[in-house]
Amino acid sequence: MATTEEIRSDLADIVNEVAGVEPNEVQLDKSFVDDLDVDSLSMVEVVVAAEEKFGVTIPDDQVKNLTTVGDAVSYIERAQA
Amino acid sequence: MTALDVRRGAPHAAILGIGAYRPERVVPNAELVEAIDSSDEWIQQRTGIRERRFASAEETVQMMSVAASRQALERAGVTADQVDAVLVATVSHFMQLPALAPLVATELGCDAPAAFDLAAACAGFCHGVALAQDMVRGGSARHVLVIGVEKLTDMLDLTDRGTAFIFADGAGAVVVGPSEVPAIGPVVWGSDGTQFDLIRSRDDWRDVVTPETAVAMPHLTMQGAAVFRWASFTMAKVGLEALEAAGVAPADLDVFVPHQANMRITDAMARAMKLSPGTVVARDIATQGNTSAASVPLALDRLVEDGEVSTGDTALLIAFGAGLAYAAQVVVLP
Repeated sequence: MATTEEIRSDLADIVNEVAGVEPNEVQLDKSFVDDLDVDSLSMVEVVVAAEEKFGVTIPDDQVKNLTTVGDAVSYIERAQA
Repeated sequence: MTALDVRRGAPHAAILGIGAYRPERVVPNAELVEAIDSSDEWIQQRTGIRERRFASAEETVQMMSVAASRQALERAGVTADQVDAVLVATVSHFMQLPALAPLVATELGCDAPAAFDLAAACAGFCHGVALAQDMVRGGSARHVLVIGVEKLTDMLDLTDRGTAFIFADGAGAVVVGPSEVPAIGPVVWGSDGTQFDLIRSRDDWRDVVTPETAVAMPHLTMQGAAVFRWASFTMAKVGLEALEAAGVAPADLDVFVPHQANMRITDAMARAMKLSPGTVVARDIATQGNTSAASVPLALDRLVEDGEVSTGDTALLIAFGAGLAYAAQVVVLP
């Protein structure tokens, strides 16, 4: 079972690849839109890459609830459990 | 049982020539932003579109089709009377019948060819290329004119923040004919009617055209984010399947010509397919917008015109859209 930090770190790499954000900026309290400048389309790319990476499913209607990096990490943790 | 005579087709089919028609009027983002309370920067960031072409009243779907076709025929070295079939992919011919294809064929001076329209929305052109290939190989036609044409401004709501800045007008055409070597790969195609809601006319004609209601054009509507997800990732897989079916390794592909839906979709697909940095990627959307069925041949024509591609290059064509219909094939450029 991956730890919260491992998931955050892998997610940070994905956000880096899709949107060019420095991985160490991608912390749990950061908002994708307001802090990291990840727009709605980039968010879709992040979600799809995360689905593949973590072997989970994140439906479209859930994506809008993932405001912060922490929201996404805990969603992935729950989905993996 | 009586065995019927059958026709034998050509061993293989190829695209022999490409043509395009771009409407005269260039419409920069600045012209559209006020009605949708947006900005040039926002549109460019979300779509990669800087400007597009809007057709005038004289630039009808028929006129644009004929202009693109004449150029394709000339470049192919094929005369109008050698054309056995005309396929027009469009969703913006606003007469239920007759189809646009016979009118285009007649204006071109073709000799009573088979002529019909093909309704597969943005995916229509690649459906047409697939049919044309099978017709040439099957012997039901020797030269097929495949046209993608749209005048989407007729169905555009310029106050809709989801579509107003995306769609546009234009026409592209190719001549498909016999070839000694395989130059159009197997098509990979499909659809998903359960997702009919994602991109569609807002209304059914029968609901808006009644004696009680004012007649208004059913505008186009689209759920952008859901379409983005499907187009970027599911379509990348379809593209890879088409490459595999044709026996072309992704790293060896010379040219990638996806439906010009959104620059971000093109970028995401190219990333997901892990195309080589050396592959030329069509980015015609920056100056044409999304012209639905016309976008693949228009983009192809642009690459040829700009000298970015050469005869013999392998090109992956992939088109997708409403009905979640899609079609992809690898072709060798004429």
